[in-house]
Amino acid sequence: MKITKAEVLHVAKLARLSFSEKEIELFTHQLNQTLLYMEKLNELETSGVKPTYHALELTNVFRMDEVKTSLNKEKTLANAPKKDKDMVVVPRVI
Amino acid sequence: MLSKMTIHQLHKLLIKKEVSPKEIVEDLFNRIENVEEKVKAYITLTRELALEEAKVAEKKIIQNEFTPLTGIPLAVKDNMCTKGIRTTCASKILENFVPPYDATAVKLLKQAGAVILGKTNMDEFAMGSSTENSAMHITHNPWKLDCVPGGSSGGSAAAVAADECICALGSDTGGSIRQPASFCGVVGLKPTYGVVSRFGLVAFASSLDQIGPLSKDVTDAAILLSIIAQHDHSDSTSAPIEKQDYAKALKDGIRGMRIGVPKEYFIEGLDKEVAEIVKGGIEIMASSGTEIIDISLPHTEYAVTAYYIIAPSEASSNLARYDGVKYGLREDTKELIDMYCKSRSSGFGDEVKRRIMLGTYALSAGYYEAYYKKASQVRTLIKQDFLEAFKVCDIIVTPVSPTPAFKIGEKIDDPLKMYLSDIFTNPINLAGLPGISLPCGFSKDGLPIGMQLIGPYFSEKTLLKAAYNLEQALGTHYQRPSFD
Repeated sequence: MKITKAEVLHVAKLARLSFSEKEIELFTHQLNQTLLYMEKLNELETSGVKPTYHALELTNVFRMDEVKTSLNKEKTLANAPKKDKDMVVVPRVI
Repeated sequence: MLSKMTIHQLHKLLIKKEVSPKEIVEDLFNRIENVEEKVKAYITLTRELALEEAKVAEKKIIQNEFTPLTGIPLAVKDNMCTKGIRTTCASKILENFVPPYDATAVKLLKQAGAVILGKTNMDEFAMGSSTENSAMHITHNPWKLDCVPGGSSGGSAAAVAADECICALGSDTGGSIRQPASFCGVVGLKPTYGVVSRFGLVAFASSLDQIGPLSKDVTDAAILLSIIAQHDHSDSTSAPIEKQDYAKALKDGIRGMRIGVPKEYFIEGLDKEVAEIVKGGIEIMASSGTEIIDISLPHTEYAVTAYYIIAPSEASSNLARYDGVKYGLREDTKELIDMYCKSRSSGFGDEVKRRIMLGTYALSAGYYEAYYKKASQVRTLIKQDFLEAFKVCDIIVTPVSPTPAFKIGEKIDDPLKMYLSDIFTNPINLAGLPGISLPCGFSKDGLPIGMQLIGPYFSEKTLLKAAYNLEQALGTHYQRPSFD
């Protein structure tokens, strides 16, 4: 086993996902299969190899600090599931 | 029938005023009415808007202010933002999302006078290889309706193949333009990473995602690329390139071009018919005076593994934004944290959840080095393989997918099996190189089989020229499915 049911539950919590008991069983099984296959990478010796995080090696992209027009509040909030005047409404936090 | 024509054929008729944009759009919608029930390529159709855009295009043509795309009806994959038109990503979580702005690629198409017919089906958030992961419906392969069109740009590929649009935009993170193009017998180009702006493309794996054309022939792919390939300040990963005409040098010969054939792509598990047809294509290239060179890309077999660590890792981070707060589906709860969990759990489909879980795990404390970092180091080795190979050849030729289109339902319950069908396309995204899928022949069952041409960074012109030459020699691009 690469990953236990308890670990899957922990990862689900980190990812803000909830699952039924049946789904947890299935996901644990499928994640195990995938992770076992990924063992393959350990066949390769990679110490000292620089990781690639990006295909093109572009570095800092700068622009002038100029004010540009952006979307207005009405358009920005048009897709909000719940709103009140200019604000998005969410459940109480405190 | 106008719907069966290419961009360049229609353009000639349009500028001679032998046909109007309105007539073309109406013909396309007639075609859609006749076949869409069988193919189901679209999520949203925008008939009224298309007719309005056709009117504008008509005026421009009368005023002699046109581009090669003016009045040409096309389809856009539903993960690219279209102002005022629902953009769902084939997900329940974005089912009612109406973007307040256009993706840069969409904006450029509109500026060129193109007419948007609608938004095409895809695997949810572009995660999949069959379009079966759409939360909306399944799309059928026009060549054989019980087969998948490939994915994730399955709707775009099927719409082009079924003449439900003249051409389409897709996006390719691990093969999502090239593989459906191969399965549906159309041309699909994934440009070099950064050539087309990702601004307004709903992010899946940001270091791999790239927008590109799906079309009926190579010339159309070049025309479309010429419009959408442009540096964009709104995308900090956009490559600093000049706007250019990619269709200009298509007809130049390929004599003397060095074609690399990597042995790692002709392996056990590669379908015999696919191998034969791709080898046939290579022979045709050889007879056009090119030099065929055996090459090796030794880390190929590790690419799928590295890809299925890197892409889900980036996805788990990108998809954290779907929390039910500012847009998208929200489940009402008393506690904020429950709102996140419930909105995400009911909004995402299984494959998206699997990848978020895999990515979260790979990035989590204690596993980062073993998975994400290791995969990123392997990515370096894969990239170096290509850089070495391009010292001895100009382009590389491979199969696109190990098999022709598979049956609907065949792989959907086995995620790992589905992932392995991306084996020949994943490496190209990891390296960030351009790749094109070109129809090359047919299986005995009548399914199209494509061939992949891969070039060095920013070699789109050479790649398109090679593809054009092969297309002319093969003559396959005039074949269309006859399901209707």
